[in-house]
Amino acid sequence: MSSVDPSLSIANPDLKDADVVQKAGLALAGLGVLVLFLSWGGVAIPPSIGLPIALLGILVGTVIYSARLYLNQPEGIKNNGVWFRSLTSRGVLGWVAGIVLTGFYVLLYWFPEYIGFKASGNEGFVALFDPLSMFFKGKPASQWFLYGTLYTLCITALGVKFLFKYRHNRYQFVRTLVVIASQLFLAYLIPEILAGLNYNDVTTASGEYLGYFNTDLKNSWPLDYDFFYDWQLNAFQEPSYQPVGTLYLIIGIAMFLVVTPIITYYVGKRWYCSWVCGCGGLAETAGDPFRHLSSKKLSAWRLERWLIHSVMVFVFVMTAATIYGYFWNTGEVFGLNIYKTFQQPYGFLIGATFSGVIGVGFYPMLGNRVWCRFGCPMAGYMGIIQRFKSRFRITTNGGQCISCGNCSTYCEQGIDVRSYAQKGQNIVRASCVGCGVCSAVCPRGVLNLENGPEQGRTDLPPIIIGNESIKVSN
Amino acid sequence: MQHIVIIGNGISGITTARHIRKKSDQRITVISAETDHFYSRTALMYIYMGHMKYEHTKPYEDWFWEKNRIELKRAYVEKVDTESKTLTFAGGESMPYDKLVLATGSKSNKFGWPGQDLKAVQGLYNYQDLESMETYTKDISRAVIVGGGLIGIEMAEMLLSRNIPVTFLVREGSFWNNVLPDGESEMINRHIREHHVDLRLSTNLKEILSDENGRARAVVTDSGEEIPCQFVGLTAGVSPNIGFLEGSGIETNRGIMVDPYLETNVKDVFAAGDCAEFRETNGERRNLEQVWYTGRMMGEVLAETICNKPTKYEPGHWFNSAKFFDIEYQTYGWVWAKPKDNENDFYWEHESGKISLRLRWDKETDKLLGVNNFGFRLRHHAFDKWFKEERTVQYVLEHLRDANFDPEFYKSHEEEIVNQFNAENGTKVSLKKKSWKRILQLVSN
Ligand SMILES: Cc1cc2nc3c(=O)[nH]c(=O)nc-3n(C[C@H](O)[C@H](O)[C@H](O)COP(=O)(O)OP(=O)(O)OC[C@H]3O[C@@H](n4cnc5c(N)ncnc54)[C@H](O)[C@@H]3O)c2cc1C
Ligand code: SF4
Ligand code: SF4
Repeated sequence: MSSVDPSLSIANPDLKDADVVQKAGLALAGLGVLVLFLSWGGVAIPPSIGLPIALLGILVGTVIYSARLYLNQPEGIKNNGVWFRSLTSRGVLGWVAGIVLTGFYVLLYWFPEYIGFKASGNEGFVALFDPLSMFFKGKPASQWFLYGTLYTLCITALGVKFLFKYRHNRYQFVRTLVVIASQLFLAYLIPEILAGLNYNDVTTASGEYLGYFNTDLKNSWPLDYDFFYDWQLNAFQEPSYQPVGTLYLIIGIAMFLVVTPIITYYVGKRWYCSWVCGCGGLAETAGDPFRHLSSKKLSAWRLERWLIHSVMVFVFVMTAATIYGYFWNTGEVFGLNIYKTFQQPYGFLIGATFSGVIGVGFYPMLGNRVWCRFGCPMAGYMGIIQRFKSRFRITTNGGQCISCGNCSTYCEQGIDVRSYAQKGQNIVRASCVGCGVCSAVCPRGVLNLENGPEQGRTDLPPIIIGNESIKVSN
Repeated sequence: MQHIVIIGNGISGITTARHIRKKSDQRITVISAETDHFYSRTALMYIYMGHMKYEHTKPYEDWFWEKNRIELKRAYVEKVDTESKTLTFAGGESMPYDKLVLATGSKSNKFGWPGQDLKAVQGLYNYQDLESMETYTKDISRAVIVGGGLIGIEMAEMLLSRNIPVTFLVREGSFWNNVLPDGESEMINRHIREHHVDLRLSTNLKEILSDENGRARAVVTDSGEEIPCQFVGLTAGVSPNIGFLEGSGIETNRGIMVDPYLETNVKDVFAAGDCAEFRETNGERRNLEQVWYTGRMMGEVLAETICNKPTKYEPGHWFNSAKFFDIEYQTYGWVWAKPKDNENDFYWEHESGKISLRLRWDKETDKLLGVNNFGFRLRHHAFDKWFKEERTVQYVLEHLRDANFDPEFYKSHEEEIVNQFNAENGTKVSLKKKSWKRILQLVSN
């Protein structure tokens, strides 16, 4: 049907209705983004001035804008016009955003010199972040420092926007507070502080580089696929990094061997995917406006099962080869070069292209969970536990479903929630990340994320309750 | 092989078709004039509001029908000849049937108001109404909605989502007060106004005025006030869509008259859903049941009967739900606008004015009869089972935590509710902890 003319406004279809405060907030955030682009374009903005303007502008501007936007309306679901807006309905702006994001990732991974990363001394975009990097650890920024900072900024600023948007829903509120805190502390501040205290990423006075290991506690193998790479295992054991290095090594192994299966058994994989994970964190905050773009087709589900399990096999084989190489001190397994045959293809195809470029770059096209749904081996691993050995399920409320389709539409994982709800069947699916949005958008109170006894969790009721005519099961 | 023809691809017709297919190999054809595929009528509002596109409102993917050998035909049935068992379509084509299911739903009521057939005056029932609403609400400065029921308030929400100011004419002294008790109705009045709707209670439509192009330009109320507007929504209820059956020999009253097996007076002709009217009254239930759930249940039952296992329509305990802007509503059992003589009444409202619970129970036996909950969610299984087990109001309150269906971390109100109940009724109900063991018993039917 002919719908409303697509609006070209990025944030709100009715910018004409935005008041002065909202506009001021937007302008402030816009200024911050402008500074980022200008410095990228080579305009000489002194980083000590430009960086605070960019970071604070985006943060404060977004908070002002969204506070004003949402607090001015009664609390409740705010999906008006989602399918009319150019940005959120694969319109022109969606494509522009997708191309810019994708382009940024390509440069970040493979051509960092184009964003200003130079061994001889940073320029432009990366140089803008030098003061902050100097502050944390006394050395100039890398492209990854820039990326980590912007990533954390996105999750924080857009996480606050999410808090305002879902303030009526305590599950969403608590969850999002944890998402923001996990990124800010576990993924960003603690690692930077550890590096600043010379427990990681140290170059000695004599110019010797002691190595780097992953200090994001929650970034567990197999998501963190290079956990067992020899440079990383060596860095964990680097004498001057102790006891921190060993601690991270032990925690890292315990994370996937013990912590993950136990918590996933009790509450489902949501504790990770939509509460603490960095990829999930970005998806739930910056990616929130795109969650409805995931495909709900049965064919997409088929593709998903093939892809995610293939990646799991791939990461497993790659890691096995890596560990073999480490302990037998050889670069080869069965005559195959470990780096060239396993690590390099995995890093390029999965680590960079799938999780980064496609995973985030394609938000405006394929939804905010492409990576989590089709690729992430961590999600795949927990998915198997969630499906077969867990107390988590989404309970449906008897016969109350009106098949409206809100739940399926807004499921970022492309689960056809309605197909279960209208049969009165619980949703027990490997891919559910427990974001809780299906439950939030359901206008009839049909869906509830619950942890309960495993007994009867996946049973199909003989007949939807409310109908006494039919008593036999069919 | 018999040819089973179903007129209407709504929830009733489609449920019938799906369940017949599960049980038999008969040839099935579903006819509809509205859309090619089954979609959820209840989601019409969300298409207009931009939450979903039409395609999202289809519960089954398009390949489903062929895979399950359910033939779909897009056509309007003009005539049913029950002698020769033949349907005639607009355009002259015809189709023979062996068994016929009438699942033709409803149409919006029009009560003979002057101007009711002008352009930009319409109800909201089908997809075509949605398209027309799309056309006639472009660039307008005010809309008037007539009729304060569930579709009226949905229409108000739809228009507001497009920033169109709304005047809402409600005949009753308070919103939906013929169904909702005063407390809940009052709560929704406040909420409607919180959304800046110009709510006019105790106000009737007198006439709709036309502009020079035959389009509505204003309404006149019974107080003589003229309200300029460019769109008028008529949402004063629906009635069965049965006009085309005239002269077919199929007995009708307001709807198509059926027995408890959903069979009409003509052999091999059945009716289900909104269009079916029961000859015999069943307890407190109405003879016309015009909600989604009952349409679905009738479809389930009718499929049994058609597959040679005659089965009576025996719905269990009444339940329903709706959403008034941001406030969700569920109801289980019977809660009348005013308690009946044998009924006791309890009403609790949260200080926010957006959450409430009402209980009705029998004065003599203390048996729970009905519950209304607003702004929080209750478990259907719990109440269904408690009604079956004839639990008392005290028992239900004691176990209220088992029935709470709000998401995790939500503040729960059971304690406040029980305290107020005890204070008002001089009882000593004490709340039990939520028990999964009991919940699983509720769920297993
Ligand atoms: C806007 C709106 C919101 C609603 N929300 C709710 C809700 O939240 N909860 C709830 O319980 N109920 C709700 N209802 C009511 C519910 O949708 C109906 O009770 C239900 O859809 C009726 O289903 P049905 O299958 O009986 O008929 P319908 O869904 O009306 O299907 C009948 C079909 O038959 C077709 N048809 C009729 N005559 C002919 C003919 N002669 N030839 C060819 N085709 C024909 C019609 O075009 C139509 O497509 C809502 C209704 C509306 C309009
Ligand atoms: S099923 Fe619900 S909770 Fe699970 S991922 Fe989808 S929307 Fe989120
Ligand atoms: S959102 Fe709720 S009512 Fe709508 S289809 Fe999903 S479970 Fe059913």
